[in-house]
Amino acid sequence: MLRSKRWMFAAAAIAIVAAAVATGCKKRAIDPFPASGAVAGWEKTCDTRVFAAKDLWQYIDGDADQYTSAGVVSTATSDYKYQGQLEATVDVHTMGDAAGARKILEAGQTKDAKTVQLGDAGVEYAQSVIFRKGPYLVRIVAYESTPDTPQALLALAHGVEAKL
Amino acid sequence: MKSRREFIRTTAAGALILGSSAAANKLGLAAMLDQNAQHAEAAKSKVVIARDAALHGPGGQLDEKRVLDLLDRAIAAYTGRDHPVEAWKRIVPVDKVIGLKVNGLGGRGISTHAALVLAVCERLQQAGVKAGSILVWERDARSLEACGLTVNTDPSRVRCYGNDVGGYEDQPVAFGRVSVRLAKILTRQCDMVIGLPILKDHSGAGITFAMKNMYGVVQQPYELHANYCNPGVADLNCIPTVRDKVRFTIGDAMTAVYNGGPGFRPEYLWQPNALIVGEDRVAVDHTAWQMIERKRAEAGVATLEADGRLPQYIATAADGDHRLGTNDPQRMHRMEI
Repeated sequence: MLRSKRWMFAAAAIAIVAAAVATGCKKRAIDPFPASGAVAGWEKTCDTRVFAAKDLWQYIDGDADQYTSAGVVSTATSDYKYQGQLEATVDVHTMGDAAGARKILEAGQTKDAKTVQLGDAGVEYAQSVIFRKGPYLVRIVAYESTPDTPQALLALAHGVEAKL
Repeated sequence: MKSRREFIRTTAAGALILGSSAAANKLGLAAMLDQNAQHAEAAKSKVVIARDAALHGPGGQLDEKRVLDLLDRAIAAYTGRDHPVEAWKRIVPVDKVIGLKVNGLGGRGISTHAALVLAVCERLQQAGVKAGSILVWERDARSLEACGLTVNTDPSRVRCYGNDVGGYEDQPVAFGRVSVRLAKILTRQCDMVIGLPILKDHSGAGITFAMKNMYGVVQQPYELHANYCNPGVADLNCIPTVRDKVRFTIGDAMTAVYNGGPGFRPEYLWQPNALIVGEDRVAVDHTAWQMIERKRAEAGVATLEADGRLPQYIATAADGDHRLGTNDPQRMHRMEI
């Protein structure tokens, strides 16, 4: 009896470890960037670049401080183009926890921010969309303001959100 | 308001050929520098803010054709010479290698405009600087691309490449609390450097403009960000090579970001449509800082001091330990044209 219980414990432990490993692998495997055409009109125009927290300054210079102090783990970025014209950059910051993502989102808001239904919370401006979902903080900026920009950015943001 | 001609007449006396004393001696201009230095001793630091309200069109696009004219007006005002070629000859030693240190770290949308870089290159060549003696540089190729520039190492044309190509000195140099390895482009290739920063709010320094732009000449700039970059910025600019070679600033305030910087934040973008030009890097930065504060007030954003990000390094750069210039508006001659 005692022996069979030991086997049951061992099996349960193995299952838990396996589940943890699988979850971990799944997290590492997350690719938040929609492929070209996955969101109507949007093309992914460059390879994804990933920066560990210690190297983040190489990408965003002095801005890195606020992210590291909020517990950023890594940042991934890629460029996009909408209908061959409107260019945008998508940054996905993986924070240590949801509180870190919330801290960054709330710190950067202005009175012009419009709340949008994205992830756990999100805001949009004329040329950018920022939202958080769990430990992820996503910032999408466009380099031009056109009548189509807000709607196009929002569509791309939903595409990213769906992959997180 | 002064007419342009009156203005040029009143400022003519202050025009100098810039460059290190050593370079000036080699040029046989020591006597002239000595004479001017006596005047400069008592003179105020000159800062020109040249504006063109029509620089950006209704759609927000930069009208690149207007940039050269804006540059000409700024340099004419600074030097007191109406003719661009003559004006530039009073700024640079034409037989030397001139570095143009741009700033592309903010990424696309908030990096030194290529139109300004090209305008400076054009005037330098017209003044007699050989194309191959002009070196546009930044930290790396990506930062240059953010400015809209293309890497070129061909010595027969204007060169453009980053420290990733030029490399860094093996031996660190120090001043105050700063010990850094400088870019070889600065130490070995350029005789004189003109800073072409872009005006930005900076989360870790308050603002970034003339002096902070020098973070791009060291291998590990991130190590200099402690305590809101104070005294890091001032100490770095006091390192003799930086102090002596970086002699002039043509600051890009055509587009700027007044909050949320130093990255591209379209929600805080604004277009001052200006160039801020000067020899005194502290006075230039102080002027830029005040410009950002005015915009913040206009937009209803807290002052940098209230935000806990006062750019204290500007005062440090002016103190008795650094003496890089003045942060006292009473000792500046600000000209808005």
